[in-house]
Amino acid sequence: MFKYLKQLTSLVAMVAVLFTFTTESMAAKKSKTLKNTQKKGFVRCGVSQGLPGFSNADAAGNWTGIDVDVCRAVAAAVLGDANKVKFTPLSAKERFTALTSGEIDILSRNTTWTLSRDADIGLTFVGVNFYDGQGFMVRKSSGITSTSQFKDGISACTNIGTTTELNMRDFFNSKGIKYEPVAFEKADEVVAAYDAGRCDTYTTDKSGLAAQRTKMSNPDEHIVLPETVSKEPLGPVVRQGDSVWEDIVRWSLNTMIEAEEYGITSANADMMKTSDNPAIKRLVGAEGELGAAFGLDNDWSLRIIKQVGNYGESYKRNIADTGILPDRGPNELWTKGGILYVPPAR
Amino acid sequence: MNFKLKDIVPQLITVTAVVLVFGFFTYNAQINMENRGIDFGYGFLSQESSFDVQFSLIEYDGSHSYFRAYLVGLLNTILVSVIGIIIATILGVIVGVARLSPNYLINKFAAFYVEFFRNIPLLLQIFFWYFAALRALPLPQDAEAIFGVFFLTIKGLYVPAFIWQNFSVFFYSIIAAIIAIIVIRIHAKRVQENQGKQIPVFLISIGLIFILPLLSFLIGGVGISFEVPVLKQLATTSFIYEGGVSLPPELIALTLSLSLYTATFIAECVRAGIQGVGKGQKEAAASIGLTPNQVLKLVIMPQALRIIIPPTTNQYLNLTKNSSLAAAIAYPDLVLVFAGTALMQTGKAIEIVSITMFTYLTLSISISLLMNWYNKKIAIQEK
Repeated sequence: MFKYLKQLTSLVAMVAVLFTFTTESMAAKKSKTLKNTQKKGFVRCGVSQGLPGFSNADAAGNWTGIDVDVCRAVAAAVLGDANKVKFTPLSAKERFTALTSGEIDILSRNTTWTLSRDADIGLTFVGVNFYDGQGFMVRKSSGITSTSQFKDGISACTNIGTTTELNMRDFFNSKGIKYEPVAFEKADEVVAAYDAGRCDTYTTDKSGLAAQRTKMSNPDEHIVLPETVSKEPLGPVVRQGDSVWEDIVRWSLNTMIEAEEYGITSANADMMKTSDNPAIKRLVGAEGELGAAFGLDNDWSLRIIKQVGNYGESYKRNIADTGILPDRGPNELWTKGGILYVPPAR
Repeated sequence: MNFKLKDIVPQLITVTAVVLVFGFFTYNAQINMENRGIDFGYGFLSQESSFDVQFSLIEYDGSHSYFRAYLVGLLNTILVSVIGIIIATILGVIVGVARLSPNYLINKFAAFYVEFFRNIPLLLQIFFWYFAALRALPLPQDAEAIFGVFFLTIKGLYVPAFIWQNFSVFFYSIIAAIIAIIVIRIHAKRVQENQGKQIPVFLISIGLIFILPLLSFLIGGVGISFEVPVLKQLATTSFIYEGGVSLPPELIALTLSLSLYTATFIAECVRAGIQGVGKGQKEAAASIGLTPNQVLKLVIMPQALRIIIPPTTNQYLNLTKNSSLAAAIAYPDLVLVFAGTALMQTGKAIEIVSITMFTYLTLSISISLLMNWYNKKIAIQEK
């Protein structure tokens, strides 16, 4: 009798455990990061310490840039207000620790997506918001117009803790050139040292070179060499282990790119609700229940487009109009000869 | 029994608390790392580092291991600390004595130096010497030769390299000179204690250390030649010097700022030490017929050193730890190479930071032990 009772109780207990498990996983849909973000009322976003066009603060402390816009898009989707973002400027060296330790929830800081970073250190890359490649900047007066003119003994300034440091070695080794790497912790120090004449060349992602050139004492004295020596797909990163949050960030970025593809802008987004194209209607929340999958309402994508704009608007505002890289190059939509191609939102 | 319990209980509680706190942190870190899918382990140390370092005392490039990169950083930290400590000590002693000088100009100049350099944050001084002073240096092609062979440029200081013939003979001659000096000192001390006669040890020592190596040149077949740096063109306006030895400007700026900063504190220690010896001591020593040199050497300094050494030890430790500011100006020290680049490339934050902390701890404790040993040696020995 007692034996049966014991078995019965353990059965009940097991069922109870199973049940709590299922209710738990339902609740987990509302991810921990999402819950915390909604509770705090702002998105915690890690950005650079100042890279014009990507993430840069003006004198009043307002952040702008295409990396900043990714975080703003997430804030618009999750909290309804693109301004509810707390930006944490991070050096290249600090960025991953800040993310894995939970100090920030999105790292949107011109970070290159590589296998080892994705697989090794507890991070997940959610997409690419800028296709870049490493290049070299030299003084015009040096007469160098191609990396093939580099000679033994050349000194190259760069940042520590970046893929640049590794690519630089691969590049110079493959050419058999002896070089002197001078690696600083902060980008501003690299620029200052190169500008002073400490180094013959400054190497980093080409977008970074174009942006930093604007900070030089005389930008016209410097040129970026035509060669691109590496692939640098830059994109936002989240902590591994919260797949709902990962999806929210991924699709916030995708929404911006797809909105451009369908011609939805911050100005015409409301009017697009009555469009004939179901894909457009889904993107502005007039059809389907896309937000429910993340535990968000149906207007999440409309808010992104209205408050932040589509990718093209963001690019124009931050990178083209500021004169950093007027030509979109590979960062043009696939329909216009670029390689921006995102999965459909449906 | 009761009395003993009262003694033991608080200690037990303290030990338990410490163990619990450490246990909690370890456990917490473990859980969090597991949740985030981060492995823990030191296996990465034997992997290929695949990044290069600007300046290294041992042979290194990206094909070596992370452990080798660690050694490169460690040696660079030790290099800058040792040079810094030597310069800071020499400068500190000179300035400390100068502050006590009756000469108004020397006295005030020393005081100004101390107040100026110790009251500006070190990081700012490093930036000043690196960025501001560096900009003022000429480009390699415009550099004026100093004594015809040194070139101070924005890309560093280029000095001639020595090329030795029969270096070992020269080396042995110096060893022989040092042994001879030690023997003479011991002999001189014995002669003085037994017969009261003084032998001019200092002069003999100087003579020995010059004459023996000189003999090695004349009859030992030792030869020396210089490899002078030569300007090389890389592009229309880009030049470097080749040959000789090049000291990167990062090393120069860091050593300079660390020694100028720490020397001010050492100067104050020296001044305190000398002033701490009673005036009567000096007068008494003079009254028994000691020369001013002997007064300083035999009476003042032995007593002053007892006051000077312990606070100076602190300054040596500070200098060593402050050298980690190197990261700001691209001098490849332990923090920049290992806790910077290596950490970033591997993502092994806990492992690398713990190794780095342990390394600095070991360095500091070694300096402490050495200085404590020296302090004990010069302390008053009760007989």
